[in-house]
Amino acid sequence: MNRPETLPGRETAAPAGGGRIEVRGLHAWFGTHQVLHGIDLDFSPRQVTAIIGPSGCGKSTLLRTMNRLHEETPGTRLTGSITLDGEDIHAPGTDAVRLRRDVGMVFQRPNPFPNMSVRDNVLAGFKLNHEKRKDEREILERTLRSAALWDELKDMLHKPGSSLSGGQQQRLCIARALAVEPKVLLMDEPCSALDPVSTNKIEELIFELKKSLTIVIVTHNMQQAARVSDFTAFLMVGKLVEVGATRKIFTSPEQRLTEDYVTGRFG
Amino acid sequence: MIAVSDKPIRAGGRRSRIPPGAFSGPPPPGPSQGKEPAAGGRSRFNADAIFRGITGSFAGFVLLLVAGMATVMTIASMPAIRKFGWHFLVSSTWDPVQDQYGALPFLFGTLLSSFLALLIAVPLSLGIATFLSELAPERPARILGFLVELLAAIPSVIYGLWGIFVMVPMLRNGPQAWLSAHLGFLPIFAGPAYGVGMMAAGLILAIMILPTISAISLEVFRAVPRAQREAALALGATRWETTRMAVLSYARPGILGAVILGLGRALGETMAVTMLIGNRPAISASLLAPGYTMASVIANEFSEATGDLYLSALIEVALVLFGLTVLLNVGARYLVWSTVKRGENRA
Repeated sequence: MNRPETLPGRETAAPAGGGRIEVRGLHAWFGTHQVLHGIDLDFSPRQVTAIIGPSGCGKSTLLRTMNRLHEETPGTRLTGSITLDGEDIHAPGTDAVRLRRDVGMVFQRPNPFPNMSVRDNVLAGFKLNHEKRKDEREILERTLRSAALWDELKDMLHKPGSSLSGGQQQRLCIARALAVEPKVLLMDEPCSALDPVSTNKIEELIFELKKSLTIVIVTHNMQQAARVSDFTAFLMVGKLVEVGATRKIFTSPEQRLTEDYVTGRFG
Repeated sequence: MIAVSDKPIRAGGRRSRIPPGAFSGPPPPGPSQGKEPAAGGRSRFNADAIFRGITGSFAGFVLLLVAGMATVMTIASMPAIRKFGWHFLVSSTWDPVQDQYGALPFLFGTLLSSFLALLIAVPLSLGIATFLSELAPERPARILGFLVELLAAIPSVIYGLWGIFVMVPMLRNGPQAWLSAHLGFLPIFAGPAYGVGMMAAGLILAIMILPTISAISLEVFRAVPRAQREAALALGATRWETTRMAVLSYARPGILGAVILGLGRALGETMAVTMLIGNRPAISASLLAPGYTMASVIANEFSEATGDLYLSALIEVALVLFGLTVLLNVGARYLVWSTVKRGENRA
């Protein structure tokens, strides 16, 4: 497999601290149902943070508050704050559209645009943000390489995105997110719909991408969390039970609950 | 209905209702083996065969109906076909007194009025559907959506009446008078402002097919998976960009289907158009001039068609209209089919 390259210019474009997310005292409600209870968490640049926890613990909601996609669900409400590099992303006057260009997202099920070619899929977000530039071709190749797809797809750039395999579709979605040049990449159970081989490829990809990005990954798969992440946060019924270095969480957690969960005693 | 769904319809998925254990149970002992279970199985298969036969004959009846109509119309229009041949389709003389018939003005009127209707109604309908599915809050959207569907159920004679008493005077005194006075040098706005005419017919058709196209497009938009919208939003797309990138693109086959249904209604619409188009069998480039459509001429003249050739010519007009609708529908269906095929295996 071709080793993905890091995005050139990333190191200079995003100096240390670029892409730091700080969550403080975050409460979230769907209507009258409270989903998150006072979460405090930091996500550092060039680190992968995994969010684990049983179904319905609020992992996905937490993720979606970080690019304000939770606003798409009517009746959601938040208190507390989330900052990206010191700026409150939920402050009135902050533009969600701009925010999402800095905070990319990959979803549980691959969702390429089915009527667009591979090429148009990759460039979809890029074209929104930039005037028509001559270096489209270069961006296309660079992002497809970053997503370890270039060698597989370089001869079928005009095929519809929906004609790819599930794993390729998911990497196409990653490429699509990377083309916008975000500082943070949110991944919502990116491998739950994929086979082990594709999962492995995505995990290798995460390993490469974290050299230049802040990565937050929600996962149901504890082996995956242990494999790919530097830090792990364990959530249960909307509360942060424990957060720490992944090795510590999986070998000597401080909370009994965490230990029971990571050893598979429940969940 | 139009195949909006992207799920392939599975043929041959019929299951005979055999109780569990009918085959897997222990074989009956003794000499009866092979007789009784087989008999039981056969009677069930017979029931299935009868069921299939009955429903199949219903479906076959539709085919028969279409074929029968085409045949009868062809036979009845034979005198006119023999007399005029292909000339019927390209001649613009419609003269019952001299027994000279050419259908071109009607063909032109039908096509132009329907085209005008689509030109106006399609963008408006897509706007309505987009607003209701993407922008409006849920409850008002439901109510408005219901009202739009209600509009589709209003009988066409009511549209016609409203057209005559409200729209035509307004057109005559307002926009048409202005167009005639200021843009009259353009061929499409030449001539006096009658009120009734091609423009009035196109407008009323647009109003009539608007609810059809909006209501179906709305359903199609609502069926676009949320994941598609979120994909666009997560890339930093605005509401409009999300609609364009995720919704309109995904819904394209369904939109085409909606437009076809609207077009079908416009092509065949008789009453409202007859009341508003002016009923003059002439081809004019001007939208202000009166025209005539195939459906209108049939409705207007069949009762007074005294001569055999006259009647035969009218039936040939009907045959042409029939052929035109079939042709347009097949073409449009092919278009839908090819776009759906391209978008197959969608996530």
